[in-house]
Amino acid sequence: MNITTNGEAVSIDPLTVQQYLVSLGIDPRRVAVELNLDILPKAQYETTRLKEGDALEIVHFVGGGAVRG
Amino acid sequence: MPLTSDKLVIAGREFDSRLMVGTGKYADFQQMVRAIEVSGAQIITVAVRRVNISDRSKESLLDHIDLKKYTLLPNTAGCYTAEDAIRTCRLAREAGLSDFVKLEVLGDEKTLFPNNEELLKAAKVLIAEGFTVLPYTSDDPIICKKLEDMGCAAVMPLGAPIGSGLGIRNPYNIQIILETVKVPVIVDAGVGTASDAAIAMELGCDGVLMNTAIAGAQDPVAMAEAMNLAVRAGRLAYRAGRIPRKLYATASSPLAGLIA
Repeated sequence: MNITTNGEAVSIDPLTVQQYLVSLGIDPRRVAVELNLDILPKAQYETTRLKEGDALEIVHFVGGGAVRG
Repeated sequence: MPLTSDKLVIAGREFDSRLMVGTGKYADFQQMVRAIEVSGAQIITVAVRRVNISDRSKESLLDHIDLKKYTLLPNTAGCYTAEDAIRTCRLAREAGLSDFVKLEVLGDEKTLFPNNEELLKAAKVLIAEGFTVLPYTSDDPIICKKLEDMGCAAVMPLGAPIGSGLGIRNPYNIQIILETVKVPVIVDAGVGTASDAAIAMELGCDGVLMNTAIAGAQDPVAMAEAMNLAVRAGRLAYRAGRIPRKLYATASSPLAGLIA
């Protein structure tokens, strides 16, 4: 199944958001996820199944300040 | 006047330090951690960026920051529209579980001056969504007043362009802002060296936020300590009340008892 993650087209097995994050080696507590432009609350990671054509944004905190990060 | 208790209060939260520092531009995490530590800062700004999904080998910023010790202030640096800034803030809240955001909507890449029209739009939406908004803005008293009236928890006028190190270019505007708004005034951007931070505090500002001045110094850890001292010295001098400036001398030794 094909989805878009952070602007990149990727092909994955059907998974929940939680399973997908873990498969990428991402600690779900340390990120925020936007699914088709809506924030996905952390409580819904385990129950939300990814669908064909979904667009995900996975972000985290990086160094930055009064400058462009 | 008792000078012991002097906390910075933002949206009901108390802080002992009036210096806020960024986490960008450091050579490595060790240097960043050490610099933040000696700066004494309790509020540190972070940026929100996409996770690199193809290379997970890199360490994460949060592996190095003690979240019990520091309040994270996610910023919207790099956003040029209200829409992008709002989206970034919503993601930041979800990632960090805090309502504090440093709202920054830039006007152009060369000056990194704020786009105040978009800033006001974004602030309105975010405040309605329950965010505690700390906006980076021009040193414009009218805009600062509008931001305060809207419900921003502080205003953060620039001293000079971001990363320029030019210091407080218009202390008179900062003074007018201080007389105009009741929320904390935090100078954000423009500080180059310790005296710039001290000047901001001597003017009566409630705090100073900086990143490049520390991270870009030849010895960032030493500069972080200098900034810590400068902010405290400037604050203390402000509270102590300086003498008025006068054109002519005033003798500081008694005239009585002169030998001739």
